[in-house]
Amino acid sequence: MTEDTLLEVRNLTLDIPAGGGTLHAVRGIDFDLKRGETLSIVGESGSGKSLTSLALMGLLGNSIKRSADVMRFDDIDLLTASRKTMRSLRGNRMAMIFQEPMTSLNPAYTIGDQLMEALLLHRRVGRAKARERAVELLEKVGITSAGSRLGQYPHQLSGGLRQRVMIAMALMCEPDLLIADEPTTALDVTIQAQILRLLVELTREMNMAMILITHDLGVVARVADKVAVMYAGELVETGPARPVFARPSHPYTRGLLRCIPQPGKTARGADLGTIPGIVPSLIGDVTGCAFRTRCAHAQPTCRKQIPVRGEVPHQFRCVHADGAISAERETA
Amino acid sequence: MLPFILKRLGLALLVAFTVSFISFSLLFLSGDPAAALAGETASGEDIEAIRTLYGFDRPMMVQYGEWLFSAVRGDFGESYYFKLPVASLITDRLQVTMLLGLCGITFALLTAVPLGVAAAIRPNSMIDRLALFLSVAGQALPSFWFGLILIVLFSIKFQILPPSGAESWRHFVMPTIVLGYYAMPAIMRLTRAGMLDVLNSDYIRTARAKGAGEGRVLFKHALRNAIIPVVSLAAVQMGFMLGGSIVVESVFALHGAGYLAWESIARNDLPTVQALILIFSMFYITFTFLADVLNAWLDPRMRSA
Repeated sequence: MTEDTLLEVRNLTLDIPAGGGTLHAVRGIDFDLKRGETLSIVGESGSGKSLTSLALMGLLGNSIKRSADVMRFDDIDLLTASRKTMRSLRGNRMAMIFQEPMTSLNPAYTIGDQLMEALLLHRRVGRAKARERAVELLEKVGITSAGSRLGQYPHQLSGGLRQRVMIAMALMCEPDLLIADEPTTALDVTIQAQILRLLVELTREMNMAMILITHDLGVVARVADKVAVMYAGELVETGPARPVFARPSHPYTRGLLRCIPQPGKTARGADLGTIPGIVPSLIGDVTGCAFRTRCAHAQPTCRKQIPVRGEVPHQFRCVHADGAISAERETA
Repeated sequence: MLPFILKRLGLALLVAFTVSFISFSLLFLSGDPAAALAGETASGEDIEAIRTLYGFDRPMMVQYGEWLFSAVRGDFGESYYFKLPVASLITDRLQVTMLLGLCGITFALLTAVPLGVAAAIRPNSMIDRLALFLSVAGQALPSFWFGLILIVLFSIKFQILPPSGAESWRHFVMPTIVLGYYAMPAIMRLTRAGMLDVLNSDYIRTARAKGAGEGRVLFKHALRNAIIPVVSLAAVQMGFMLGGSIVVESVFALHGAGYLAWESIARNDLPTVQALILIFSMFYITFTFLADVLNAWLDPRMRSA
């Protein structure tokens, strides 16, 4: 762990009791994050992205079993931290923005009350100071006539405005880590770009680390320093954004990239790629590569232990030394 | 908020006016009031004499107008049976009934809401099962039987509470429990369902992500949203308790308005019945209005409605 490492996670595992067996939702993932850095976790629905972020915040339900070798935030061991310690971190040093701006604000309280609450919970400040800070942040996230907005209720605001309020709320205490769980998914495409740009600007300005959870690789390419591709509860490929996009090594990562059109590269009228099949069930023992049921290059050894390939920091897990890139070229 | 209150107030007055007309005309539809008043052995001439004496021969709209005009000034005419002004007859009885109703709903809310919240925090726990048992028992126990059991226990066996009358607060303990227990199950189940729903909502997760403690999450963020349907239900039940506490009043010999209504119907005491119907419906309308205002205060989205 180097000086400026903010978050270190080793072998994080999340098990959910389901029916007769256990759902192995997240299986031994590792990542770390430096101050001011943006890590993007990419994957499709049900891959365990959101659970991972809730696990970091200590917001998992009681039924979910969490274990890890290391889970450290700055100098705090999140594995042994008390409820009280976790509560003092949440909204203060680590904050979160959710996917659904329409339902993530309490309908019974004004925007101002909800913004100020985060600050009043963690800092010894009066309401006047808190109000000042709320106005300042609303302006920072690009909301005009911020002062009069404080008295408004969530139902009086549009989705884009509500998500800006959510961002302002997360930033009230100047957190070291911001977790954004699909912050733009529920918004119009035009608003998506604005919100994303805003997040990037704010992380730079405040030297804040961000974990951006998304299924949109287009988003990742624009903002992330590091990428972690998640499939069925595992990180199949991790690395700095540039090499991962330039040389996607895991067959799943390449599959994901083929699903998005690239201006200038994708021919007009040409079919976009799809990944056939569905995510496998994670109930019961899961061994080998989880992607083998959908992978064009699967072979019997995929059922066994999967080696980690590549060199730090760009790594991937595949039985093929080159992630089957050569095999793919031959068929193409 | 003020335009909302004025709008609701206007609506309430309109409803009150309609109800007064319907309740007045219903009594005419139920048969010839003069014949009923004269009794079974009366001759045709007697009935006609009574008809003229009480003014039943005039057009109904005239009678209604006259009755309503007096009623808003607090004059409901004279009781056929007691030969007393209805207003003074009702005032005494109403005090007993209102006291009982207020105690009953307070008891119901003070037990049902905390139980419902506790049950929702830990679904399927011991406390949830206990609450479910209490509510099923509350719905299954007939009030008169439950009342009698209490009398047997506390008045006869332990002799700590008086079995009947309305002289002191101790006379109201058992009637309050019986009346309140009847209203409790619905309030409790609704509180539990509302809390379960709200506790799973996104904004509760947001509150936790902000670092709010459990108490703050439960009572500031969740309960305010979960209690809204309970407010509406409690208003209806409160109205029901005032008009429908006849059974409880009979068991404990509390001479309240419910008991008077039952007596007056049996005696064909028309002015008393009309006055009571009007007053009971006014209570309903008032409580519903108050519940609407309270809900609009709790939930800003309702203020525009």
